[in-house]
Amino acid sequence: MHTLTVGEIAAGLAARRFSSVEITRHLLGRIERLGAGLNAFVTVTAERALQDAREADARLARGEGGPLTGVPIAHKDIFCTDGILTTCGSRMLGNFVAPYDATVVARWRSAGTVLLGKTNMDEFAMGSSNETSFFGPVRNPWDPARVPGGSSGGSATAVAARLAPAASGTDTGGSIRQPAALTNLTGLKPTYGRVSRYGMIAFASSLDQAGVLARSAEDAARLLGAMAGFDPRDSTCVDSPVPDYHGALAAPLEGLRIGVLREFFDKGLDPRVGMLVRAAIAALEERGASVREVSLPHLPLSVPTYYVVAPAECSSNLSRFDGARFGHRCEKPRDLLDMYERSRGEGFGDEVKRRIMTGTYVLSAGYYDAYYLKAQKVRQLIAGDFARAFAEVDVVIGPTTPTAAFELGAKTSDPITMYLNDIYTIGANLAGLPAVSVPCGFVREGDRELPTGLQLIGPHFSEARLLGIAHQYQVQTSWHRRMPPGYE
Amino acid sequence: MEWETVIGLEIHAQLATRSKIFSASSTAYGAAPNTQANLVDLGYPGVLPVLNGAAVRMAVRFGLATGATVRRRSIFARKNYFYPDLPKGYQISQYELPIVEDGSLDILLEDGSRKTIGITRAHLEEDAGKSLHEGFQGISGIDLNRAGTPLLEIVSEPDMRSAREAIAYMKKVHTLVRYLGICDGNMQEGSFRCDANVSVRPRVQAALGTRAEIKNLNSFRFVERAINHEVVRQIGVLESGGSVVQETRLYDPDRNETRAMRSKEEANDYRYFPDPDLLPLVIDDALIEEVRGTLPELPDEKAARYCRDFELSAYDAGVLTASRDLAMYFETVVERLGGQPKLAANWVMGELSGALNRDGLEVEASRVPATALAGLLARIGDDTISGKLAKEVFEAMWSENRGADEIIDARGLRQITDTGAIEQAIDAIMAANPKQLAEYRSGKDKLFGFFVGQVMKATQGKANPAQLNELLKRKLGGA
Amino acid sequence: MSLTRAQVEGIARLARLQITEEQLPVYVDSLSRIIDFVEQLSAAKTDDVEPMAHPLAGQVQRLRADEVRETDQHEKYQRNAPSVAAGLYLVPKVIE
Repeated sequence: MHTLTVGEIAAGLAARRFSSVEITRHLLGRIERLGAGLNAFVTVTAERALQDAREADARLARGEGGPLTGVPIAHKDIFCTDGILTTCGSRMLGNFVAPYDATVVARWRSAGTVLLGKTNMDEFAMGSSNETSFFGPVRNPWDPARVPGGSSGGSATAVAARLAPAASGTDTGGSIRQPAALTNLTGLKPTYGRVSRYGMIAFASSLDQAGVLARSAEDAARLLGAMAGFDPRDSTCVDSPVPDYHGALAAPLEGLRIGVLREFFDKGLDPRVGMLVRAAIAALEERGASVREVSLPHLPLSVPTYYVVAPAECSSNLSRFDGARFGHRCEKPRDLLDMYERSRGEGFGDEVKRRIMTGTYVLSAGYYDAYYLKAQKVRQLIAGDFARAFAEVDVVIGPTTPTAAFELGAKTSDPITMYLNDIYTIGANLAGLPAVSVPCGFVREGDRELPTGLQLIGPHFSEARLLGIAHQYQVQTSWHRRMPPGYE
Repeated sequence: MEWETVIGLEIHAQLATRSKIFSASSTAYGAAPNTQANLVDLGYPGVLPVLNGAAVRMAVRFGLATGATVRRRSIFARKNYFYPDLPKGYQISQYELPIVEDGSLDILLEDGSRKTIGITRAHLEEDAGKSLHEGFQGISGIDLNRAGTPLLEIVSEPDMRSAREAIAYMKKVHTLVRYLGICDGNMQEGSFRCDANVSVRPRVQAALGTRAEIKNLNSFRFVERAINHEVVRQIGVLESGGSVVQETRLYDPDRNETRAMRSKEEANDYRYFPDPDLLPLVIDDALIEEVRGTLPELPDEKAARYCRDFELSAYDAGVLTASRDLAMYFETVVERLGGQPKLAANWVMGELSGALNRDGLEVEASRVPATALAGLLARIGDDTISGKLAKEVFEAMWSENRGADEIIDARGLRQITDTGAIEQAIDAIMAANPKQLAEYRSGKDKLFGFFVGQVMKATQGKANPAQLNELLKRKLGGA
Repeated sequence: MSLTRAQVEGIARLARLQITEEQLPVYVDSLSRIIDFVEQLSAAKTDDVEPMAHPLAGQVQRLRADEVRETDQHEKYQRNAPSVAAGLYLVPKVIE
């Protein structure tokens, strides 16, 4: 049962081949047996899951089920869940029981999904390997000595290891797409403003977006449809109708104009990954798409731009964690200053502190113009490059990551090395564009086969088209069906 | 050495919206601690601000009423600093692009001249919570009910040259915001707060001296005293060869002195940047015209109209228009009376204001409604009672909550206008006071008043004074 | 561009982060590397380019109706508080 996709589960439940309680119990059992080794979950909500499942079964029995009723899912621990521990991968929120549901959580809940638990993540979403979590690193089920990517590493591992059929994630610089690529999943980051950020603990407000990690584009389409849409509690959320993503999957590829991003095929790219991506592009061409090269000349500046803008916003967003009203407070504070400094010093890990300090610096008097303002202008240039490209092509394509999954500890000594993992994903965040990572083949490292992903980036609100292309590719290929050995 | 004082005021007016500027919590004053602080106000993880349209409209009203530029596009910015009453660790405010800029207000000086005070800018921001220190040892208790209440921060140009001018300006702003219905002006409850920037310079010097900022002055009297004290302090420092430190000071009303605030000694780098959770505030022509259509007649316009149409003095017009409610009361009286604005003015500024002050009431709570006062004044006009008796009647109306006619009849106060009756009374008094009569007739004119008094007493004050005068003159004169 | 110890200490103070003597040089090093790295931006030509604060151009702030929609839930919210008394959040004394 754990190998079933969301679509197959929904069909099975509707046909009464099994109940939601049965599949939920099955998955909870797997999590118990296999979960510890992977460390994908911070909190497993067994009781709540069974309660959700029973309610779902009752609804289904009454004929009141929808396309997601009874489907088990997991949420990244960055989403507030009412009455349930919400840690954001941090000691700072290690005992924080959220008093409300994030909009994303409430929407999937009212669609009838079953909550299996909260997944592990890089602390405050800052990381590309899920090694910064206070609750320990997450391991890649394709090779436990390697990282699953981050910051939605727990969600990725849970879905890849068939502990959950799908999970929510967030993507600020690649945190859905990169782990999806490293764990053989379909990971979608919607257009900025497509999904509400209310209840999603903020890292970088103008870049953060909630999305999905699933085993197929088809699954992602179902889940995106249930999560997207206007929310009056988020001023940056766009008020425009949500298309039928699932219904649009069958759109043929004839006439599709694909732009191959020149800057993504640079010297940092592992040539084997490059070959796999080019093969995928060729496959799309065979299906009727036309392919040309496009250039986004300012794209190489996307990583430094991001590492000014994101830390600046996060330095301010994380000021509320001060030990006063919730979260970690140090023992016996001597005075107010001590309470602030020690609570925050103890509550935050190194990467978070690094980014807070970077952000504080680039916003400070005398540096604001040279760094923050400058980065916002370069951001405009990058967005302009994309806009010009989309005048010529319908989607842009390239690899999602420069390499397959790397080893735990391999990149933690120099922050810049880690930051460069996001080199292909960050541009879409800066421009607010939707993007999806799709499994496109495997590379061999030693005795392991490691997945790789190709990335499709589209104009604002083109999620339906992106998922459609991914789906057509998945109809023709079976990369996405492969499972990590030992987890079948 | 002749010194010149330079003053600028920063006024924080709490906008009279029902809900907060970025959250749907109530702004009502006086609730139990933290019972009006929701997740957004508390700065919980994951929450986001959504802007209250009423706060925007109130800011636009202020801009239009002060002849300012209303920016069609303004930006909210985060002002970052750590303080327990600031839950997010930043205040959402406006920095480089505020909603209102370049306005002005005219103030009336004591010598009757006018001075224009520039308003550099007015912007929207959220209020912080409160720290309470009483009853706790080494600990402060934080109440976040106030956190998120909308504020309009109004910054003046440094155009004032004395504490008097500063007070005149502050009062003008106070009157205006209440006229506009955007702020209740309640200084005790903290709805209207003022910081004063004070510096001095030699009169011949063009450059401004170093200024000190005096914070959180919550009464007109305190503002005046604090400024005066600060001016003396700064002059003292400069005259003894020192220099004024740019710093923030608190006014201590018990000691009538200002002292430096310890926590602000470190220069704070606020690291302003546009708030990414809020989009640019764009105001279109439609909104501006909509707000413009709701502007009431402003105090200056009203006062000018009173001078013109009612021939009131500038001073009287100023008093009557100091509060919109008082002005409306006055206008209702005049309208009901169908004229006699000067009479109405005297009574509103006199008896009515006296009674209100004595009982500590606002005009809206007056025990004599405007229509009732008009009714009373009409009875003076039609000679039913004398002006003097009317005062008595007013007091009775006030305490008994009854109309003029009811009281006049109940107490039998109708003026005696029957000349026969008055003559009879005069005859009786003349007969009873032959000595004074003789003295008067032999030249002691002063005794006229004596006879007036006696007749009035005999008629319980009800004799019509004009008729009494005329008849008495005739009879005493020997007719 | 290298940051100095004093600069990093100043930043840590502004951000209210306690950094121990041991940790300080590590942060000086990593922050310097990061600032060095982002220095590349200065080479970009950005005269006449508007800074991008929000990725979707033309979006403007929505205005909310002035309605009270919240009820008192302070007991629920204060369950997470480290220290509360009489409905107030308690912190070490604030010195004015």
